[in-house]
Amino acid sequence: MIRLTNVSKTYGNGPTAIAALKNIDLHVPRGSIHGVIGLSGAGKSTLIRCVNLLERPTTGSVVVDGQELTTLSAAELNQARHQIGMIFQHFNLLASRTVFANIALPLELMGMDKVEIRDRVMPLLDLTGLEDKADKYPAELSGGQKQRVAIARALASRPKVLLCDEATSALDPQTTGSILELLQDINRKLGLTILLITHEMEVVKTICHRVGLISAGELVEEADVGDFFTAPRTRLGREFLNDFLELEPPKALVERLEEAAGEHTHPVVRLAFTGDAVSTPLVSRLARECGVDVSILQAKVESIQDRTLGLMIAELIGTPDKTREALAYLESHDLHVEVLGHVQRDA
Amino acid sequence: MSSAMLNLILKATLDTLYMVGVSGLVAALLGVPLGVLLYITRPRQILAKPLTNQVLGVITNIGRSVPFIILMVAIIPFTRMIVGTSIGTNAAIVPLTIAAIPFVARLVEGALNEIPPGLIEAAQSMGATPYQIITKVLLPEAKSGIVTGLTITVVTLISYSAMAGAVGGGGLGDLGIRYGYNRFDPLIMLITVAILVVMVQGFQSLGDHLVRKADHK
Repeated sequence: MIRLTNVSKTYGNGPTAIAALKNIDLHVPRGSIHGVIGLSGAGKSTLIRCVNLLERPTTGSVVVDGQELTTLSAAELNQARHQIGMIFQHFNLLASRTVFANIALPLELMGMDKVEIRDRVMPLLDLTGLEDKADKYPAELSGGQKQRVAIARALASRPKVLLCDEATSALDPQTTGSILELLQDINRKLGLTILLITHEMEVVKTICHRVGLISAGELVEEADVGDFFTAPRTRLGREFLNDFLELEPPKALVERLEEAAGEHTHPVVRLAFTGDAVSTPLVSRLARECGVDVSILQAKVESIQDRTLGLMIAELIGTPDKTREALAYLESHDLHVEVLGHVQRDA
Repeated sequence: MSSAMLNLILKATLDTLYMVGVSGLVAALLGVPLGVLLYITRPRQILAKPLTNQVLGVITNIGRSVPFIILMVAIIPFTRMIVGTSIGTNAAIVPLTIAAIPFVARLVEGALNEIPPGLIEAAQSMGATPYQIITKVLLPEAKSGIVTGLTITVVTLISYSAMAGAVGGGGLGDLGIRYGYNRFDPLIMLITVAILVVMVQGFQSLGDHLVRKADHK
């Protein structure tokens, strides 16, 4: 539904030019929810604006629903934009218009008559839970309600794609949850393809099917959300995940960690397990089958959509041979094992 | 006070209202589009034309920097071309309008500048043409600011119109100067000033009322 090929965006030219996006390839299949996560300044905003050409890429191709956008005339582009809804961090509602009139705006732009507009807007008020707010002005609404209006407005032209630019970043956690639920609902009911950018892992975890990680204008990693939350492949991905899970080894332990294994050291490992591994009593098996004691330092279980993710930081206590054997055993069970370091037993 | 004097005051009041009304209306009709043009041709705006923007800016600034009394005399040939005469109430309307247009334009430009850029971006994302952005987003969103600007303009025009006497334009200011100041008649002076004060208060209240109605922030 959305396909960016080799998209680059450079601001300015010559030696002072700033590359905001570098050779981005991105494909979002029809009906899926795709997240792009990154720190501020990584190029997320520029990326999402390249999809509807609010930012024109310096090079590369942007195809939405089979139509190449970069070669369209201004009038054709405006037509194409009716197929691409967009919502924003700060809602961008017109203060001079009521809720009803805000939602009607894109339809007015398309030249629809009043009766048609009414027929379109009323169901959208229902869908977004704003039935009783039609005649209110944005200033009378809460942040969550404003974003609902913005969503209804973005859906009014019956787009095939919805772009969400940090749509929940200005909202509190509860409201974020309800907006994400609404987006998911829309995705399922209307089969709408959603591309969202965010800096919040919670958003990705809650509704995205796939996620891309952007850093310094490059997409450095792309994965299904379940895989990304179990085993991110890049350092930045792991940082995002650890920040989100708040699963860092205790400070006192970190200070004792040594990089190399020695005669009397034990490995400290971070285990991430999904699927069957979650329900397998691995810890007791390690003890029984490998003769290794497991000292659990931290553990938690997270639900990532329909998957369960177990996380554990543990020290494997045993002779070097036995702990090696235990690590091999763990790796053979579809677990993601990361050796954080080694600690002296006696310390 | 003689009835002749009362008639004089009445006529002067109507003359002032006529001058301010016509010049204010024409200045709004021409100044608002000029203000919009000044805004949308700025760099990175919806119809960015830096050169046009600079030229318009310089012309606007010239219009605003010439003292009104000098402007009035300087454009006499132009005034004669437009209204066929260079003296009288109609002749005063031309320089009043010319002075008010750039004034309105800058105030409108300022009002438009208060609109969050995100609103324009949102309209663009909906496929709005520049014309639609102006009529559906910029003008409605800046309405209260524009009305504030027009109120300031009307009040300024009332005070400028006092100088209309210089071209035989009549009006309250002229009456106050000729009868009150030059003939040392404090009563006439007081009456004309009082009427001017009431007029300014009235327009200001009307403006404030309209702003409140337009403002949903």
